[in-house]
Amino acid sequence: MSTATPANTGAHPVEKVGGQTATFVDQRLGSNKFLSRNLSKVFPEHWSFMLGEIALYSFIVVLLTGTYLTLFYKPSMAEVIYEGSYVPLQGIYMSEAYASTLNISFDIRGGLLIRQMHHWAALIFVAAVAVHMFRVFFTGAFRKPREFNWLVGVALTTLALAAGFTGYSLPDDLLSGTGLQIIRGILQSIPIVGTWIAFFVFGGEYPGGDIISRLYSAHILLVPGLILALVTVHLIMVWTQKHTQFPGPGRTNNNVVGYPLLPIYMAKAGGFFFIVFGIIALLSGLVNINPVWIFGPYTPDQVTAGTQPDWYIGWLDGALRLMPNIETVILGFTISWNVFIPAVVIPGILFTGLALYPFLEAWATGDKREHNLLDRPRNAPVRTGIGVMAIVFYGILWLAGGNDLMATTFNMSINAISWTLRILLIVGPPIAFIITKRTCLALQRRDREKLLHGYESGRVLRLPHGEFIEVHQPLNEKELAVISSKPDYPVLPAPQKADIDGVRNPNYRKDMLRHKISAFFYGDNIPKPSAAEIEAGQHHAEEQAEIEAPLHEYEDRDVIYNAHGGVLHHPGMPKTNAEQVAEQETRA
Amino acid sequence: MSKRDDASILPANPPHGEPKLGYLPVADIPHKPRVTDTDPKAARRAERQVASMFILSMLLVVLFVVAFVSIDVSTVIYVPVLGEVGASNLALGLTFGGAIFFIGAGAIQWAKKLMPDVEVVQERHDMTSPKDATEEAAATYERGKEESGFARYPIIRRTLIGALALFPIPLVIMLRDLWQTPPGANPVEILSTTTWRDGERIVPDIGHSTGENVAGIRPEEIPVGGLVSALPMSIKDLKDDPVANMRDRGKSAIILVRMDPEEIRSQQGEGWDYQGILAYSKICTHVGCPIALYEHRTHHLLCPCHQSTFDLADSGDVIFGPAARRMPQLPIRLDEEGFLVAASDFQQPVGPSFWERG
Ligand code: HEM
Ligand code: FES
Repeated sequence: MSTATPANTGAHPVEKVGGQTATFVDQRLGSNKFLSRNLSKVFPEHWSFMLGEIALYSFIVVLLTGTYLTLFYKPSMAEVIYEGSYVPLQGIYMSEAYASTLNISFDIRGGLLIRQMHHWAALIFVAAVAVHMFRVFFTGAFRKPREFNWLVGVALTTLALAAGFTGYSLPDDLLSGTGLQIIRGILQSIPIVGTWIAFFVFGGEYPGGDIISRLYSAHILLVPGLILALVTVHLIMVWTQKHTQFPGPGRTNNNVVGYPLLPIYMAKAGGFFFIVFGIIALLSGLVNINPVWIFGPYTPDQVTAGTQPDWYIGWLDGALRLMPNIETVILGFTISWNVFIPAVVIPGILFTGLALYPFLEAWATGDKREHNLLDRPRNAPVRTGIGVMAIVFYGILWLAGGNDLMATTFNMSINAISWTLRILLIVGPPIAFIITKRTCLALQRRDREKLLHGYESGRVLRLPHGEFIEVHQPLNEKELAVISSKPDYPVLPAPQKADIDGVRNPNYRKDMLRHKISAFFYGDNIPKPSAAEIEAGQHHAEEQAEIEAPLHEYEDRDVIYNAHGGVLHHPGMPKTNAEQVAEQETRA
Repeated sequence: MSKRDDASILPANPPHGEPKLGYLPVADIPHKPRVTDTDPKAARRAERQVASMFILSMLLVVLFVVAFVSIDVSTVIYVPVLGEVGASNLALGLTFGGAIFFIGAGAIQWAKKLMPDVEVVQERHDMTSPKDATEEAAATYERGKEESGFARYPIIRRTLIGALALFPIPLVIMLRDLWQTPPGANPVEILSTTTWRDGERIVPDIGHSTGENVAGIRPEEIPVGGLVSALPMSIKDLKDDPVANMRDRGKSAIILVRMDPEEIRSQQGEGWDYQGILAYSKICTHVGCPIALYEHRTHHLLCPCHQSTFDLADSGDVIFGPAARRMPQLPIRLDEEGFLVAASDFQQPVGPSFWERG
């Protein structure tokens, strides 16, 4: 296309126009250089790679629907008498913010749909961000060279929570106001500066008349602006570093196997955008979310029982519920540990730990190599264990956020539930860690068996000389590649106390610590058999399978063709595997 | 301290361009041709499928417009499973959502059935810049440093750093008036006092819906075992001064409970009740939710937010949950006209703790 000129007669009309446009733009921006490099960019495929896409697409939906909402929503705390068409609230005093939200829901055509789309998209956005982060964590995709992008991701997660919380408060209904009241209490619990911070945030004593307009500017400008900027950086980094891939046939640390951007990846990703968008719209047509008209307008002296915050805030609520009621007064100053620890300290530690994890792991294992091939979670048992531990911790707090619902549903004492959850919160995560680590190691052992002996087919054969064998089948190509991809993660060697000349090693203690941590990480890993052992094992399984083959010749077998599709064979396009093999053979 | 290269401890990755093969040679990726690759009829069928989805999408947009202009927003209909729903929202959601969804479904079907599904391989390139680029950048940087004299003029350097460090200060200072502090006001005092004072009449909270006033509450209006949410009579009207009204609701709101005087084990001050009627703050001492769940047999007050439980027959002490302090009690008495009034302000700050509370 880069050579297309207006004189390029005989081309298909669409192509011609495309070519002309490309030339027009190229002469001004030099864009064809970029296109020639990038239109054929290869993207690996895996279902879990779609999580980040879902986050991106739901964010776009949130931007579109949010912009529409700003046209009708009024961020004002002035009191008005409601006169819209929702009968139960007619004639009642409420803030303009709440009245305009009712207006959007009941008097503006399509308003409720857009409001619900905004809320559903926001929930899906935060969920997709969180699950995407877990995918990156468990597969070790945060390792060199992608540590920066992990940091950007942690910042995005924090901002997503901020966006959700500021938005949740805007309708100024009873539920969202109660959330703000809790935030006020949390701010006040911060030692030394807390009282003043609360007064600054609310423009005076709670609730004041400013908070809604302040949240509004944060919600529609500051936070989404930052998210948009960071998402851009995030994607540019993914693009230049190229996506990681799972192990598989032909996949190495130094290549990318997948589909080219044009046409197939673009069609799939573009199509998927419309699918996500469409599902959000369908969901919003079918399922109510945040029916603010039921809760009524906010007033600080009323509350509804048994209500739940959006899912991503529930764990903080649970932490507030589980914390024992400790408060100390020192030299006339009050420290509310019961609020400060669960609402500020614990989230602070979790997010800091999250941000630092890639650097801690690299330090602990001494692994500073580039990793473009993803880990299977079982091959990094300690990391997987830490991740599961965090999920269990989060899950228990989240459950605690519903302790009143549990008590009423199962008719149990809330006291008993709270104590059970407190104990679980302490012992649950370590137990989860141990179980996960053991499970990972067991899976590694099974993998080793498969490499050494192939599959256990479960069929027993009697050989002509009377011996019984269980038939093992060789692994297929894909499994063999995936399982044998297991990397060697050596333990850092133990340091010497002194060298031969008796000079003391000044780094001895530090190195010893690292040796121990690294041994904790990878010391238990089950070694992978050598290449020769694998080959022998697979060969043996093949022989067994051959003995058995005549017994079920008639069974259908899938015919596997090799791909020599002629479609992609013009210069500039990436090579197919077949071509690569050929090339390597000639090189050899 | 010498800088140690950790990479040297572990076997390095092979250099780029010389792919590390593991145990498998780069093999042909197994590929099974699809029906649409081999059967032209199937391919045409797929083509028709994709086109019909795009047509369906267009039709749904037309239906959306029809629904938009013809369905009244306030029409409520009954739909099995969904229950009572707004007809407009349902119709708009289904048509709009469907129109978008089918574009996506068509595109993916197209990609899956008709576009080449052969996986291809691309080499990665080392992220680290080639040596000469690094050297050139370093040289340019050195030259820039030299030409600017950054190293040569220490006074310029230090004053520049000083200026850059100071210039954001106004940006921070200007945040000061986020709270336009009235002269002499300080947060500690504000948080420690409410509108209650001796003789302030207690009025029932008849909701935020009207600005009406009532004369007050007479003791006989509260039965034993009953609970009344109440406010100070001098509370500003919601319409005239919403900020003051909301502030007092968030701070001065109280509950009155009545129990058999025999059952009162203790209270926060001698004779603070009136014939078994006790007044407590309504604002939870944990993080400030208003509380009105009262179990009159046990005299327990339960906060709906995090389940802190207070024993109102025993000075409002915490008996369960994350709240650390008892509910502040308001001393009450009867005025000349026979209405309940406060006997003073609260003797301790109400609501969540704060640093200077002591
Ligand atoms: C970045 C991610 C965002 C998230 C997670 C988010 C989340 C939310 C949530 C949960 C609500 C409450 C909705 C309800 O149930 O009424 C809300 C309201 C609102 N959002 Fe967003 N939002 C985001 C971005 C935006 C943007 C970019 C805009 C505008 C450009 C916007 C404009 C609004 C408006 C005007 C409201 C109030 C609407 C109402 O109360 O009816 N939001 N947001
Ligand atoms: S606000 Fe009452 S228990 Fe938390």
